[in-house]
Amino acid sequence: MNKFYKVNILDEEGGMDKVKGITAYGIYLPYHRLKRETIFKAMGWFNPGVGGLAKGEKAVANFDEDSLTMAVAAGMDCFPDIGREEIDALYLASTTFPYKERGNASIAAGALNLSANTRTAEFSGCLKSGTTALISALNASDSETTMVCASDTRLGKAGGTEEQMTGDGAAAVAVGSKGVIASLIDHYSISYDFPDHRRLDSDKFIRSWEERWMREAGYFKILPEAVNGLLARCGLQISDITKVVYAPPNLRDHKAMAQSLGIKPERVQSPLIEPVGNTGAAHPLVMLIAALEEAQPGDKILVASMGSGSDALLFEVTEEITKLKSRNKLKKNLDYKGELDNYTKYLSFKGMLEKEIGIRGEEVSPTSLSLQWRERNAVLKLVGAKCKVCGTPQFPAETVCINPECGAVGQMEEYSFSDKTGHLFTFTADHLAFTEDPPGLYGIVDFDEGGRYWFDITDCRLESLKVGQPVQMTFRRRYLDEARGIAGYFWKAMPFKG
Amino acid sequence: MAEGIKNKVAIVGMGCTRFGEHWDRSAESLASEAFEEAIADAGIEKKDIDAAWFSSCFDEVNVGKSAIPLAGALKLPFIPITRVENFCASGTEAIRAASYAVASGACDVALALGVEKLKDIGYGGLPDFSQLRGIYNRQIFPNVTAPGQFAMLATRYFDRYGLSPEEGKRTLAKISSKSHANGALTPKAHLRRKVDVETIMNAPMIAWPLGLFDCCGVTEGSAAAIIVRAEDAKKFRKDPIYAKALQIAVSPEEEYRYQQWDGTHVETTYRCGVNAYKEAGVKNPREEISMMEVHDCFSITELVTYEDLQISPRGKAKEDIDAGFYDLDGKIPCQSDGGLKSFGHPIGASGIRMAYEVYKQLQGKCGERQIRDPHLGLTHNLGGFPANCVIGVTIWGNEL
Repeated sequence: MNKFYKVNILDEEGGMDKVKGITAYGIYLPYHRLKRETIFKAMGWFNPGVGGLAKGEKAVANFDEDSLTMAVAAGMDCFPDIGREEIDALYLASTTFPYKERGNASIAAGALNLSANTRTAEFSGCLKSGTTALISALNASDSETTMVCASDTRLGKAGGTEEQMTGDGAAAVAVGSKGVIASLIDHYSISYDFPDHRRLDSDKFIRSWEERWMREAGYFKILPEAVNGLLARCGLQISDITKVVYAPPNLRDHKAMAQSLGIKPERVQSPLIEPVGNTGAAHPLVMLIAALEEAQPGDKILVASMGSGSDALLFEVTEEITKLKSRNKLKKNLDYKGELDNYTKYLSFKGMLEKEIGIRGEEVSPTSLSLQWRERNAVLKLVGAKCKVCGTPQFPAETVCINPECGAVGQMEEYSFSDKTGHLFTFTADHLAFTEDPPGLYGIVDFDEGGRYWFDITDCRLESLKVGQPVQMTFRRRYLDEARGIAGYFWKAMPFKG
Repeated sequence: MAEGIKNKVAIVGMGCTRFGEHWDRSAESLASEAFEEAIADAGIEKKDIDAAWFSSCFDEVNVGKSAIPLAGALKLPFIPITRVENFCASGTEAIRAASYAVASGACDVALALGVEKLKDIGYGGLPDFSQLRGIYNRQIFPNVTAPGQFAMLATRYFDRYGLSPEEGKRTLAKISSKSHANGALTPKAHLRRKVDVETIMNAPMIAWPLGLFDCCGVTEGSAAAIIVRAEDAKKFRKDPIYAKALQIAVSPEEEYRYQQWDGTHVETTYRCGVNAYKEAGVKNPREEISMMEVHDCFSITELVTYEDLQISPRGKAKEDIDAGFYDLDGKIPCQSDGGLKSFGHPIGASGIRMAYEVYKQLQGKCGERQIRDPHLGLTHNLGGFPANCVIGVTIWGNEL
């Protein structure tokens, strides 16, 4: 091992081995899946060339999701394995942040109900930003625990290659030195202004250069440079690596890269193109988590990103991985899905179709940001109150206890509902209310540990709903007020995902 | 110990416009028509009115806030007027305020007038709810409409009592069909045609499981009442109707925020009904009440109201519906004028329109829809949603 191998670092108390690495992970794939064949059927007349790519399906964010809500969902998925109070810093990585100014990571930290004393930062600008955020977290001081959430909802124009290849999704990893499940061996980065993909601030869609050039001059040069650079630094051969995780532009090139790097097929991590699509800045981490879910202690996992250069990281899996509460998070996310069988609905969700929304739909009430700030516990965090006298959880927090037998005044303590499960008390499917995906589903939720409130319901169909069914909470974009530049977020109920 | 309002006040004159979509008429014109009918009916002049209460709800943009629009429309000469608003129960609120004023002796003749002019918003249904409960609730309430909120009552009711969607919808359809039949006999009603159960069952869905005909229409109109003390009533007319109960109850919102409410009834209606029966001295409503005008904004609301007002036992409304108990020729005819469903629902006027039908029925002036020999009529007015609402229950009799 070389000098960079970060083992045997003594902590302040002395004696204990302290290694920086991944301590927990979470993943989020949106509910909707669009078959590539559906896209091709709609757009193949225009661009028959993408017919060869029309296999499998891509994960598509719901109309009420964006990269921020998906990052929060992935972060929430870490919590069974890490306490939110352990987190010192939150890094967000995406090329599709909803806000250019207004901290996306601060919104996410709020939704995740992290301490106000959390250091937040955002990584953006290229598809390697997810791995760059991870490296920065791994290089933070040994006492610090950082959550890294990478998420993307990149958009290709109708009929193009990017439309076929992109998918929406998010991944989160907690990085620290306590309970490390995959310790960092080393990392190596390359940065080039290789402009294979680009978007200006004003661009909604990905722009790219000729595919042959992107492949020959970029992918097959830059990514190997990072991988081989890392291996050389560690004094390792590619054959020493148990699983190699690297970004896939498409299935064919991903497969060819394995040959080019000399990786045995069984040591190549599946690129998740067929069931998900390329989730941009999140994708190397999504694939890394997929590798961790199947890994054994002692396995060496190398992960490499690609986009304006490349980051490569090498981890060694520890015994701690066997202590994780859940190791089928990817499968759970792959399994919980519903087909988006309608291409125009996809266009509509992505803001690519101007619909007749009617005068009711056109009415967008203004948002009071001073109110949003004052009521951030309720609106952003889904934090209500628990009465110290009778113990009743209640939402939103108010001065007087809702329990008619109690009615205590000013005896409330904060109580989080976002991580509580509940049961559906009643529901409806509303065809009159304006929604991007009618009918609008909403209902009343009885939380299992007490408390009742009404919520919009998302990521399911009316036919699947039943009185009494288990539900969980999910952070969503409730409205997008483009005239006033406000994405408004709140929590919705969804069927319990398991 | 409060004495209550029983036998202290009487209605001696009423007016009501035809309800409907009045594309060519203003709120001012509708209010004026209801008012002129009411004072003519009471045999009084404008100058005899000492004070007025004005109810309107949604249409603050068209009608305008404050009591000034009423004073201006009717040219009431510098008298005290107050605008009251309590969602769809606003009309009952106006009657209650006017009644309390004359009962206290503060004035002798009071006017309660409600008007609503809803059809200038450009879309169907009620105006967007998003800010009606304030800017905070807009951030945390779901994307609700009125039909959806009441539909959740049906979902829960069907589940609790084991009704399949088909059975449940058929039961609700019978309620709407009955009201349409009554409305067809009512000249001032908005929707004057019979609709059969199958048509109702097969209508487009508005909010599952409620279809188009499970919902009342969006209506414009105005209604007015002249209220005096009971002992003065016979000076105005030989057949006044006397207040037996005037109750309002408001939900503390525990229904949707505390795990106690069962979701198959409207708790506030039950509580308000108990208070009204107590005030009126009604011991057995199923035997004593002659007729009812309930707040059938949706068919399911009428169904649970039968139970909440203790006319039908819990879970047994279906049996009474199937037996025709609430039909025009039944034991307790309900919505003899078609109700909100068919007569229409101009929000601020509805509570007063309910009293108008009770008034005319108790006077025996309802022509082909006249109920045989009624003595005690009940109105039930609901503002808000099942889980958080304002309820008005009033009871009127034609004898002191």
